Amino acid sequence: MVSGGHRLPLTGPVDATPVDAPVDARPVDAPSGEAEVWRVLEQIEDPELPLAITDLGLVREVRRDGGRVTVRLVPTYSACPAIEVIRRTVRERVAALPGVEEVAVDLTFDEPWTLARLSARGREQLRRYGLSVPRRTFREPATCPFCGSTDVVLETPFGPTLCRAIAYCRACRNPVERFKPPAD
Amino acid sequence: MAQPQAAAPRLAPEVAARLADHLLAAADDELVLGHRHAEWTGFGPDIESDIALSSVAQEEIGHARLLYQMVLGLQGRSEEEVDRLAFGRPPQAFRNAVLLERPNDGGLEPPPEGEPAWRGEWGFTIVRMVLYDRADAIRLETWASGGHAPLAALARTLAREERYHRLFAETWLERLAAGGPAAAARLQRVLDAVWGEALGLFEATDGEAVLVAHGLLPRSSAEQAERWRDEVAALLGGMGLRPGRGPAATGGRAGRHTPDLAVLLEEMTSVWRLDPEARW
Repeated sequence: MVSGGHRLPLTGPVDATPVDAPVDARPVDAPSGEAEVWRVLEQIEDPELPLAITDLGLVREVRRDGGRVTVRLVPTYSACPAIEVIRRTVRERVAALPGVEEVAVDLTFDEPWTLARLSARGREQLRRYGLSVPRRTFREPATCPFCGSTDVVLETPFGPTLCRAIAYCRACRNPVERFKPPAD
Repeated sequence: MAQPQAAAPRLAPEVAARLADHLLAAADDELVLGHRHAEWTGFGPDIESDIALSSVAQEEIGHARLLYQMVLGLQGRSEEEVDRLAFGRPPQAFRNAVLLERPNDGGLEPPPEGEPAWRGEWGFTIVRMVLYDRADAIRLETWASGGHAPLAALARTLAREERYHRLFAETWLERLAAGGPAAAARLQRVLDAVWGEALGLFEATDGEAVLVAHGLLPRSSAEQAERWRDEVAALLGGMGLRPGRGPAATGGRAGRHTPDLAVLLEEMTSVWRLDPEARW
């Protein structure tokens, strides 16, 4: 057994509002040029998690004006090292589209990233990957992805990436990785 | 569909220059303490703490980067210059508070004969982290309620991330303080020794009054210090510890540093100096 010693119970309130609609996704009425860009973005995976950046909710906005494309991304964590890799990948893939001459990929902090930006598919992909994902906030009771128990305590708020924490399931005695949204 | 990004408000040149000075000091705080935290990588007292300090370091340095980029924007320079701004200055051009450049052993006791010069003192590291992270939270809250929209948005983002640093540091302090009279006495010695330099976190940068007058800084550094004293006294009191005494030890925000900073910069910038023009 590890000796982290925090063992904080995860006992915050559960926000039961629906979480199955991502905040920003390809708009159904997007002009064809922008929809084409969205389709490219939907194929780009996060380097640290097994899901598309659009399912994680990193894409705030796509704008296309002839050959000029602007993509605005909202990082989960501002210091996430993956974000520069993602910026470069977006720039390269979008620039490869026919008719695109110039691509700007900016970061925005106007509205912070929250779990509401994660799509239902993305949530399911993270769960299958073995991550316990809160509905809204980090302090909610955690569900063990192995045995389903909610007798899970926080070992340490830091894990293999900035967006993961290490918890411990007291029922099946397994360490559990918990997806960690920025604190609200 | 998301709203278009609000255009960055235009600041008068004098205000922009003062804000750049103010943010440079904060960025230097984050970079220098981030480097000190990173020195724990591979040496933490347990693997969770090792990973935590490494993650916190990564975030502090990442926050420094974003603040340096904002400084460059305010100065009308390219964001591409961020590495030069971070690594290309002599110690006297740094504006971090002196507390943050202190080595991880706190410099409180000289290493015994024959021991390597660097030894991590976990109690010192945790005390410094608690004191700094509380100060940083108050600073971020001040920016978040200030009148410069891009800074307010960034501050709200950083504050959500910093809460986990505080959770980690304050849980550890509580754990150490509960470790018996010897442990508590040792923590108290650290608190008494660093108190003046901790108050130095609230040394104002030149021309701060301009930022207060323009609503960019709704709370002056002195007002932030008052709030910090109250919060820290309550926090420590709950653990059987007490704040230190005495006046603030200032100078860092004016570029007056201890020799510790030169040693830190020598190591931190060694790779960058090999080839400052290298592209990654």
